[in-house]
Amino acid sequence: MQALTNRSKEVSRKPISFLESLYLPAIFKGMAITFSHMFKKQPTIHYPEQKRPFSPVFRGLHVLNRDEEGRERCTACGLCAVACPAEAITMEAAERMPGEENKYREEKYAARYEINMLRCIFCGLCEEACPKDAIYLSETFAPANFTRKGFIYGKSDLLIPDPKTEPEAYAKALGKGEKTTASTTN
Amino acid sequence: MTLLAIDWILLIEKLILIAIIVFASLGIALYTTFAERKVAAILQDRPGPNRAGPFGLFQPFADGLKLIMKEEIIPNTANKFLFVLGPGLAMTAALMTCAVIPWSSQVHIFDRTIDLQVADINIGILYVFGVVSMGVYGIMIGGWASNNKFSLMAALRGASQAISYELAMGLSLIAVLMLSGSLSLKTIVDQQMAPGHLWNVAYQPLGFLIFFICALAECNRTPFDLPEAENELNFGYHQEYSSMKLGFYLFSEYVNMIMSSAIMASLFFGGFDIPFLDESTLAPNLAAGLGVLALLVKIVIFIFVFMWIRWTVPRFRYDQLMNLGWKKMIPLALVNMLITGAVILWLQGK
Ligand code: SF4
Ligand code: SF4
Repeated sequence: MQALTNRSKEVSRKPISFLESLYLPAIFKGMAITFSHMFKKQPTIHYPEQKRPFSPVFRGLHVLNRDEEGRERCTACGLCAVACPAEAITMEAAERMPGEENKYREEKYAARYEINMLRCIFCGLCEEACPKDAIYLSETFAPANFTRKGFIYGKSDLLIPDPKTEPEAYAKALGKGEKTTASTTN
Repeated sequence: MTLLAIDWILLIEKLILIAIIVFASLGIALYTTFAERKVAAILQDRPGPNRAGPFGLFQPFADGLKLIMKEEIIPNTANKFLFVLGPGLAMTAALMTCAVIPWSSQVHIFDRTIDLQVADINIGILYVFGVVSMGVYGIMIGGWASNNKFSLMAALRGASQAISYELAMGLSLIAVLMLSGSLSLKTIVDQQMAPGHLWNVAYQPLGFLIFFICALAECNRTPFDLPEAENELNFGYHQEYSSMKLGFYLFSEYVNMIMSSAIMASLFFGGFDIPFLDESTLAPNLAAGLGVLALLVKIVIFIFVFMWIRWTVPRFRYDQLMNLGWKKMIPLALVNMLITGAVILWLQGK
């Protein structure tokens, strides 16, 4: 039969020799190999203490952004919910009252904004759809919870801390080199 | 009245010694489970369990607690009495061996001389073999009582494996006994300690190799862990067990490992003998303490080798196992025995 590629190798069907049938030489060889592995460097990353760097396009949990004055950017237009292939986003709009200009940037805002993290597939389409640069996927990931309910993130979980009143928490939420850093400057 | 004149102090002494030895072996077994996981990890370039306590040192307690907290399940169709008897028997048989192991020479406390050996019976090694072969009943009864095809198959495998390997083990031992002329473990160790006498492994390298391989098979350690072959028999004989009954089975394997290491050390590696040191020049209590330490070091080395082999060599196929046992080990052990006998005769004739 003609071989299809030149990579095929003939299988050796020789009966094993006496020395091989003793198993011992091969076993000692194997034991020497495993012993040498005792002194090898471990490739383990000790996770909670050490972390692997993410790629710049990593898509983790969402944050709802604020502008430079600390006002919420989201205007509850619903484009993100429409774009979402997993139908994970729900929101309720409300009208901004006089005197709330320092809280919401637009005249309409999201009174309730929820993302079901169990449905979300972290595709980032909501981020692309948003006309107000309001929603971003951060580098936080691996949420844990005891109940399913806990995975429905409301505004309190999503909203980034106010850069004016809590500058440290805001800086921490931004992290370093995260996409949210770029977003607040444009 | 003389019949009632029991030496009470001796009785108490022995009871304390038994308690110490049993608890020490259990403690060591506990940490052997931990060592197994660590050795496996290090040989595979992993860190191993390192979260519970410093270096993961509390891991065995976490494991034990987990096992105790698990639900106790006895299958409906199982034979209840035998089902409970199995793990108990496995554990008892594993622990009983330690009665005849000479842990060290004598200590002197309050002008009493205490032997660091529970019972120096003159058929010590026969006793060991008797008890060790009882261990297979734990496997057989457990596998039978579970009323499960896999478990039964594992029990059969365990039994036939034990029979084939005990034969070769016994034959390789006969050569040692011909050298020592005694069945008492204490005497065998004392002979190896005598100045000018090397350890038995120097006279019986082949015998030791055979004994070691058979010990692996007796302890159901890889590459001979056919009775619990995870991938074909689903953990075999202890498949239906849960909670502490499973714990007993797993634990008895480690106790068995310690005991067979102790026996191998005593038979072939001079027991509590410290190499290149004449113990009689030391204070007796110090010598005894160092002796225990020396034996422990030897046991630890053996256990490490057991684990090292486990994480290197893949499991044998069942027919290979039987072939090795009957067609290679037994003839080799017989030849070894004959050669030893011939050499002894020749030396005597000179
Ligand atoms: S990341 Fe994708 S799936 Fe998740 S909420 Fe946004 S659009 Fe929906
Ligand atoms: S997050 Fe953006 S897309 Fe979604 S409702 Fe708010 S403004 Fe619209």
